[in-house]
Amino acid sequence: MLKLENIRYEVADEKGSDKEILKNITLDIPEGKFVVITGPNGGGKSTLAKIIAGIYKPADGKIFFDGEDITDCSITDRANKGISFAFQQPVRFKGIEVLDLIRLAAKDKNLTPADACKYLSEVGLCARDYINREVDASLSGGELKRIEIATVLARKSRLTVFDEPEAGIDLWSFQNLIKVFEHIKELTKGTVIIISHQERILDIADEIIVIEKGEIASKGSRDEILPGILGSDAAVSMCHVQKEAMPRV
Amino acid sequence: MMTIDDIEKRILAEVADIHKTPTGAYNIRYNGKAQSRNSTENIVISSKEDGTGIDIRIKDGTVNQSCCIPVVIAKTGLKDVVTNDFYIGENCDVQIVAGCGIHNCGDQDSQHDGLHRFFIGKNSKVKYVEKHYGEADDGSKGGNIMNPVTEIYLDEGAFMEMESTQIKGIDSTNRVTKAEIKKDAKLIVRERLLTNGTQEAESRIDADLIGENSSANIISRSVATDKSKSVFYSRIVGKAPCSGHSECDAIIMDDAKVLALPGLDALSPDAALIHEAAIGKIAGEQLIKLETLGLTPEEAEAAIIDGFLK
Repeated sequence: MLKLENIRYEVADEKGSDKEILKNITLDIPEGKFVVITGPNGGGKSTLAKIIAGIYKPADGKIFFDGEDITDCSITDRANKGISFAFQQPVRFKGIEVLDLIRLAAKDKNLTPADACKYLSEVGLCARDYINREVDASLSGGELKRIEIATVLARKSRLTVFDEPEAGIDLWSFQNLIKVFEHIKELTKGTVIIISHQERILDIADEIIVIEKGEIASKGSRDEILPGILGSDAAVSMCHVQKEAMPRV
Repeated sequence: MMTIDDIEKRILAEVADIHKTPTGAYNIRYNGKAQSRNSTENIVISSKEDGTGIDIRIKDGTVNQSCCIPVVIAKTGLKDVVTNDFYIGENCDVQIVAGCGIHNCGDQDSQHDGLHRFFIGKNSKVKYVEKHYGEADDGSKGGNIMNPVTEIYLDEGAFMEMESTQIKGIDSTNRVTKAEIKKDAKLIVRERLLTNGTQEAESRIDADLIGENSSANIISRSVATDKSKSVFYSRIVGKAPCSGHSECDAIIMDDAKVLALPGLDALSPDAALIHEAAIGKIAGEQLIKLETLGLTPEEAEAAIIDGFLK
C-alpha cells in the first residue's frame, strides 16, 4: 500500500555543508500490517515518518500510496488520501477545545459530543472531563498524547503513522498507553506504522524495520528481527529509559 | 434590496442574539433614540431626566433574570452618545447583554460612544456580555467608530464577569474599562478583538483592587491582520491584600502592528499580581497539525483564529 523508492533526505550542517539524514531508503509496507520502525536515536526514523506525512520533502526518491505517486502532494492532500500522522510532541492550541479538534479530525462539524467521547474513551480518558478542555498548556504530556491519538483514530485513515508515542511521557502513562497500541489495528482498521524503540511496542509488531545512520540495517517479521536487537539501543525497556532520565546526584 | 427592518433584525441577531421580540427587560436603541422598551417587576428601565441615556435598576435578590439593551445604528453620519447606568441591588444573579451594531450605508462616519456604569451591590453576581459589530453597503466609504467606556464598582463580595467581543467591521475603536473592587469582590474580564484592513483598536483596562481579598483576572486575546493596529494597556493596582492576573495574547499577521503594555502596581506588600503577555505569528507546527487532519493551510489558519477568539 505504501512504497518508498530510494528516499534521500539531507539538511545543511553547522558549516553549511549538506548532511545526509536518509540514504536511499526503499520500503514496501503491505496493507493491514502493524509495522514498527526502530533504531538508535538520530538514525532518521522520525524524519522518515515526516516524509511519509509530507511534512518534509525528500531530496530524491519517490513515494507511492496505493500505486499513486504522492511525492509532490502536500500534507493536506496526503491527509485527504488517507494518511494520518500522530506527532511526537503534540501541538497545543489556545482556545481550541478537545471537541473542536476531534470534529476537525473527523471532518464532521456536527459530530455529537457523545460520538467524540467514544474516541477519548478508546484512549483511556474519561471523556466528560476532557471534551470541553482547551488543548493548551493546562494538559499534561500524557493527556496530550492520548488526545493526539484520539484525533487520529477519529480520522479512520487507511494508513496511520505514530512518531514515538512513548516520548515525553512518564512510566505510568506509558503503561496505560501500551494497552491502546495492543488494540490499535482494530481501532484504526488500517495499516499502522509506529516509530518507536520500546520493547513492548516492538513485541506487538507484525514487522520490524531497523534504521541506523540513515539506512535500513535490517527488516523482517518480529520473530526474525526482535531477538537480534533486544538489549540494543533499538529496543529498550521503559525502565531503561526512566533510569537514563534520572538526574545524577 | 435589504430593508431597514432586515438590517435591524440582522444586527440584533449579531450583537444580542435577538431573533424576535425579546422577553424580560429590554431596551432597543435605534439610530440614537429608544425604539422599544420593557421593564419587569424586578428590573426597571427608565429614561434619564436629562435625556442622556437610561437607568436600569435591579431590585435586591433578583436571580436568574436578564436584561438586554442593544443599540443599532443604520444611518451614515450619525454620532450617537449615550450614558447608561446599572444599579444592581444586593444578592442578585443576573445577566446583562449590551451589544452595538452599525450598518453604514453612506460616505460619512457613523459613531457610537456609550458609557456604561455598573454599581453592583453586596454579594451580587453579574454576567455582562458586550458584542460590537459593523458592516457597510458595497461602495460606501463611511467608517464605523465605537468608543465604549465601562465603569464597574463592585461592592463587598460582588462578582462580575465581563465578556466583550469585537470581531468584525469596526474601523476605529477606543475602549476604556475601569473597575473599583472592594473586599472579597472579584472581576473577570474577557476581551476578544480582531482587526483587519486598516482598522485601529485600542483597549485600556484599569482595575483598582481596594479591598482585602479582592481579585481581578483580565484576559485579552487579539488578532491583528492586514495593515491593522491593535493596542492593549492594562493596569492592575493592588491597594490591599489581593490577587490580580492579566493575560494578553495576540496573533499578528501580514503587515499588522500590535502593542501590549500590561502594568502591575502593588501598593500593598500583600498584593499578589501577575501578568503574562505574548505576541506572535501562528506557530508553524499548529498549521501543520491541522493540515495533517486534512485542512488546507487557509482552513487551518481560520480554525486557529476562530478557536483563539472563541
